[in-house]
Amino acid sequence: MSVLVYASSSDGKFKKSAFEVVSYGKKVAEELGTKLITLTINVNDATELQNYGADTIVSVNNAALNEFNAKEYASVIQQVAESKESKVVVIDSSIDGIYVGPLVSVALNAGYASNVVDAPSSTNPFVVKRKAFSNKGFNNTEITTENKVIGLAKNSFGIHENPVTASVENFEASVSELGVKSTGIDKAVGKVTIADADVVVSAGRGLKGPENWGMVEELADILGAATACSKPVSDLGWRPHGEHVGQTGKPVATNLYIAIGISGAIQHLAGINASKVKVVINTDPEAPFFKAADYGIVGDAFEVVPNLISKLKDFKAQNS
Amino acid sequence: MKILVCISHVPDTTSKINFTDNDTNFDTNGVQFVINPYDEFVLTRAMWFKEKQGAAITVVNVGSASTESTLRKALAIGADNAIRVNADPKDGMSVAKEIAAVAKDGGYDLILAGKESSDYNGQMVPGMVAALLNYNFVNGCVQMDVDGTSVSATREIDGGSESLQTSLPLVVGGQKGIVEESDLRIPNMRGITMARKKPLSVLESTNPDNATNSVSFEKPAPKGAVKLVDAENIDELINLLHNEAKVI
Repeated sequence: MSVLVYASSSDGKFKKSAFEVVSYGKKVAEELGTKLITLTINVNDATELQNYGADTIVSVNNAALNEFNAKEYASVIQQVAESKESKVVVIDSSIDGIYVGPLVSVALNAGYASNVVDAPSSTNPFVVKRKAFSNKGFNNTEITTENKVIGLAKNSFGIHENPVTASVENFEASVSELGVKSTGIDKAVGKVTIADADVVVSAGRGLKGPENWGMVEELADILGAATACSKPVSDLGWRPHGEHVGQTGKPVATNLYIAIGISGAIQHLAGINASKVKVVINTDPEAPFFKAADYGIVGDAFEVVPNLISKLKDFKAQNS
Repeated sequence: MKILVCISHVPDTTSKINFTDNDTNFDTNGVQFVINPYDEFVLTRAMWFKEKQGAAITVVNVGSASTESTLRKALAIGADNAIRVNADPKDGMSVAKEIAAVAKDGGYDLILAGKESSDYNGQMVPGMVAALLNYNFVNGCVQMDVDGTSVSATREIDGGSESLQTSLPLVVGGQKGIVEESDLRIPNMRGITMARKKPLSVLESTNPDNATNSVSFEKPAPKGAVKLVDAENIDELINLLHNEAKVI
């Protein structure tokens, strides 16, 4: 019996979500009175995970797994879970985590709860709270099977330090033929992605045209933020589709979400509501976003944003 | 090509979400149900295959008789026939098992589903169906083309996209991009009339075991009122974000 966490990585380095799922796995392991095992695939130095409570670090190194492949990764997770008799497997909610989760669930004949936001409220029966209805509700879900898979919602449990001394072991995973082959990756280099960002700066039609995005990018730059946009803006071709956040676009669950010139249609709010602190800047005091936001400024973005940029520069200069 | 499109019957996005029976059930009172928005994208892509390359489209839903209006809408958009598996869907796993059983019997080459449904947002059924059938699986699909049995597809990844090569039989969890929103089909009068005559068969449930139970629902904690800051007083906003919210 053990709890297994898959700590995801990219180019040999852990993603930030890895530390959150390991922190969560430790909590579940403690509640079950068992050990936490962490699985890493092609990570250069996995010992970092012992800061977050990993009792055992299982390291898989195999060049065939350099590129993410859902079926292969699911198979590796299954092999380790079976070898370590893990009854609970925890995976993050990154795009890859969500791809692999259901495959692991079927492979282990395990009940699967995704978008889980908290530690189990009880372990017998095993009940977790997960997001539902596009952030308009939560569902307390009992997983009734012996094996269980949990998909942890991003930025929900937090990263908790819990230093232990981990034992590190290598695991030889068997890798079979790929059914889906990667033929190329197209990725903006050096840009903060919406998935990784702690802060997202988003703008809407209130900006009047794509030529006015310079100040959005500058604001994002100062805050180390990713840029995003509302649906009309991506539909109009002002910004790339990858920046569209909202119900049919990318979900945002960040610490700080700044919405500039976005009225706050229900579809938009459904996609960004999981963010912790929301700031809205809009000329229209009746914009629905003001009801969903924590802080608001009624004002013209073309005056407020340059002013905010200049004041933030002073603030950063004083606080760095 | 035989295409199976999975259709989830979900509350309209603008619906008020309430719970009833001591917060153990979703309150359907006054709720308008629609085709899951993510499924609309893949259904439209299926129509594209039908019109450009030739394909037969079956739509499937696991649910009670009340979901038939949603299946009729999918028929009005252009699907050829519909299947309703007569079951009260309990969780993602049981729904996936029902769909896998339908897919196995029907010998479909391509199974399309939205990557998630907008009610439970589980994002699990397409992957489970693929794993149960041992078919290839592309999730978060934003583009796909089929040539014979070979398939090229693009999926969204964090910060970009990945090109993929795979083959039929295939399960796809799709999203916006697989067709553009402006290309989504809306049923026209002729489609609605024709849909009434198209076959909608009801299959008995295979009674698969569910792996999870819904215990209860909760609403998010009520949010406090927005704190308005004067547009002339940006320092106050920075102060609040730094000292109160502690996010900068």
